[in-house]
Amino acid sequence: MKARVHVTLKSGVLDPQGKAIAQALQALGFDGVKDARQGKVIELDLEDGDTSAAQARVDEMCRQLLVNSVIETYRVELEG
Amino acid sequence: MKAAVIVFPGSNCDRDVAVSLERTTGRPPLMHWHADADLPEDLDLIVIPGGFSYGDYLRSGAMAARSAAMAGVRTAAAKGRAVLGICNGFQVLCEAGLLPGALMRNRSLHYICRDVYLRVETTDSIFTGHYAPAQVARIPIAHHDGNYVADLATHCALEDEDRIAFRYCTPAGKVTDDANPNGSLDNIAGILSEERNVLGLMPHPERLADPRLGGTDGQPIFASLMEALS
Repeated sequence: MKARVHVTLKSGVLDPQGKAIAQALQALGFDGVKDARQGKVIELDLEDGDTSAAQARVDEMCRQLLVNSVIETYRVELEG
Repeated sequence: MKAAVIVFPGSNCDRDVAVSLERTTGRPPLMHWHADADLPEDLDLIVIPGGFSYGDYLRSGAMAARSAAMAGVRTAAAKGRAVLGICNGFQVLCEAGLLPGALMRNRSLHYICRDVYLRVETTDSIFTGHYAPAQVARIPIAHHDGNYVADLATHCALEDEDRIAFRYCTPAGKVTDDANPNGSLDNIAGILSEERNVLGLMPHPERLADPRLGGTDGQPIFASLMEALS
């Protein structure tokens, strides 16, 4: 089973890298870009098992290591 | 004063701070490898040094905060022992939950290595007692992720409880946005824990703690600790 953890900055937390990306896109002529936020994706290859148990385990991984809840939030996708 | 420095893979200011500690206390600190869980219990001071522990993987300080030695650091901190985190050490202490808030990428996105000016915001701590109130100290910074953030409740608590130890300022001691090198909330450069026994700061006092290095404005931190803990 694969778990894909999307980690993004909480809304309200300034994202200097996202801001630089938006500015670079504007400089390339992409006028419609109002804002950009950068995050990261962590893909986990898990032993097969129960989906709800996997969800609970990944939540615990996020809590203990993968996500800093002071500034970040996350979303988990499970497949397979 | 019995001191230890925790050494992680990627620490690079561990020896600098060891030199400062030895100059102050007269004996070398214990250099404790991060993978060893058995941190001695009779330590007065634990230093988490600067550097790039674990290559800043995942988030600066994230891996180090979960290393074996940090369990001992948590226990020591809970017992009221002094813990000092410098630069990457500050990031580690925030990641470990021993200090509130987080350190994000500098607002300029640049790695910054230069001297900055700090205003001493409280002398009511074992770390800052040897400074004069509102003294301006010139101390170097060297970081990419020093942009301190915290939510409003945390910021208010830090302010109300006199836990902001240092703010970035002009050479004349004015706290202005221009004097803020990295975008930190409220120009915060260093904070104390609720019990005031844990200090994290981005600037490197150990880099200006000897006249031969061009200044001694960092030395009062070590002198304060020596007096408070001996």
